[in-house]
Amino acid sequence: MKSYLSIRNLNVRVKNGPVILRSVSLDVAAGQVHGLVGESGAGKSMIGKAVLGTLPRALEVTGGEIWLDGTDLLTLPPAERRRRIGATAALIPQDPLTALNPSKRIGPQITRRLVDILGWTKAEAQARALELLDEVHIPDPVRVMRSYPHELSGGMRQRILIASAFAAEPKLIIADEPTTALDVTVQKQILRLINEMQTRHGTALLFVTHDLGVVSKVCDTLSVLYAGKVVEDARMHRFFMRPIHPYSRALLAATPTYTDPTGSLTPVPETVISAVEEEVRLHDVRAGQ
Amino acid sequence: MRDARGDVKRPIGLRLWLSGGWLTLLVLAAVSAPLIAPKDPLMQDLFLGRMPPFWMAGAEPGYLLGTDSLGRDVLSRILYGARLALIVALVAGTLTCIIGATLGLMAGYYRGWTDRVISRFVDIWMAFPPVLFAILLIAVLGPGLMSIIIAIVVIDWTRFARVIRAEAMSQGAMDYVASAQVAGRTRFGTMLTEILPNVLPTIVALLTLEMGIAVIVEAILSFVNLSISTDSPTWGGMIAEGRTSVHQAWWVLVFPLITLFLTVLSFSQLGEGLKDRFDPVLR
Ligand SMILES: Nc1ncnc2c1ncn2[C@@H]1O[C@H](COP(=O)(O)OP(=O)(O)OP(=O)(O)O)[C@@H](O)[C@H]1O
Ligand SMILES: [Mg+2]
Repeated sequence: MKSYLSIRNLNVRVKNGPVILRSVSLDVAAGQVHGLVGESGAGKSMIGKAVLGTLPRALEVTGGEIWLDGTDLLTLPPAERRRRIGATAALIPQDPLTALNPSKRIGPQITRRLVDILGWTKAEAQARALELLDEVHIPDPVRVMRSYPHELSGGMRQRILIASAFAAEPKLIIADEPTTALDVTVQKQILRLINEMQTRHGTALLFVTHDLGVVSKVCDTLSVLYAGKVVEDARMHRFFMRPIHPYSRALLAATPTYTDPTGSLTPVPETVISAVEEEVRLHDVRAGQ
Repeated sequence: MRDARGDVKRPIGLRLWLSGGWLTLLVLAAVSAPLIAPKDPLMQDLFLGRMPPFWMAGAEPGYLLGTDSLGRDVLSRILYGARLALIVALVAGTLTCIIGATLGLMAGYYRGWTDRVISRFVDIWMAFPPVLFAILLIAVLGPGLMSIIIAIVVIDWTRFARVIRAEAMSQGAMDYVASAQVAGRTRFGTMLTEILPNVLPTIVALLTLEMGIAVIVEAILSFVNLSISTDSPTWGGMIAEGRTSVHQAWWVLVFPLITLFLTVLSFSQLGEGLKDRFDPVLR
């Protein structure tokens, strides 16, 4: 299967500081959902940001390749890279509170993307935005378009951000823990919505989360990230049947739905992990043949 | 869930009414001073020295707020003084705002070496004691309207730069800024269309506050005789003169003092009121 996004040996570090991502490689096939799991601080968000070119200024890419639709983004000049990313990729962010500009109405925030990226007229963009809001099941879209972000609930804002992410028909969407900031009841609806939109639009989705329960429901493949390193890269079925890396096993054991319902995450010593890493690699090489 | 606030205009608060009303009145008075001032503010009449305001015994008709020791009409001098105070407030405030806010916005949004250069510059600048700086500057430039304005700008732009930098920095870290960039917008464009509208309420509040400060600084410099030539009436100059004869003629001191106080208070209240009104989150 052809990869739409292919990250090869990506290294990211804090300028003059610690390494954040160590030789990360992962693939998202066209139209597929790839999960990216790992504990807090593992570097999941930084992978997404490296792809979208929005890394914090304190961080730098020190090596590797990011292939998006057959082009290595890191070799493009900045303006061209921005244009390319804008036209093909989009983000569903973690925190719907800070992801909308508080001083602008919702309407222009959605239509702006269409005008910027696709060169549509304002009227065309407006019509499309209304359609999109309808598609993400927002009641009274006309009114919502005229609202300011603070007038809407978190779930509502996340729906708007989903609509906005799909607006310009990107081929890749990166969803960075899109439900963690929401109420449990709303989480399910949003998850279902993302799944529904992804299927309908045939978009490749990189789904960042630390919830394996969610991964098992929506993803086709997944990578496990531990301390800036991909420690397991597998298809869903294999992962849940035979997790190899000790961290993956700990993760699975901590997910109530799969083993005991009270499960808690047991810390894994670094030494055990490096010992098993080699084994993982060999296994995946064999599995690939 | 969302509520209906978005479509309802909130009534303008009492604070905005009062401060805005006073300042509007003052602007009108300043503009039409030659028409409405009952007397020539410079005309002396030694036979009419220290006449009390109209409601007191011995008041001279036509001199509503009394006269100073040289027999000049206090009301007319306050009206003419407003022209100078407002010119300084407007010009100095605006220039300070433009310089400080631009540098602060760039430092806070671009970070990196832009920020290092600007921040270092601000730190060095602020190491000078401001009043000494102002007096030194006017000593070099000579007293006059221009020198006062330059002195105020030179001292106060750092306040804008620091506050706006901090604000731009916190806005710049938000996801909506990253989203704008993912949509292919340039960094400069993002700064203008995404960051600026969100720091605007703060800029407005600082600007009006700065105008109040400019009025005070002008008054202080007039008070120590470093302002405009002594014969054009200024509030600070009037306060300085009134101080010497406060026991014989309190009105020469008190009326310009009240005017000054109300004006400075109105500027700061206007700023706060506007900030609340224009901040979409507080609105
Ligand atoms: N601006 C920054 N400067 C320095 N280090 C940073 C910066 N931003 C993030 N980091 C570091 O990068 C590492 C990875 O952060 P990242 O946000 O990718 O984690 P994450 O896996 O997304 O975690 P979470 O589940 O909490 O979102 C963390 O150790 C964090 O301390
Ligand atoms: Mg994260």
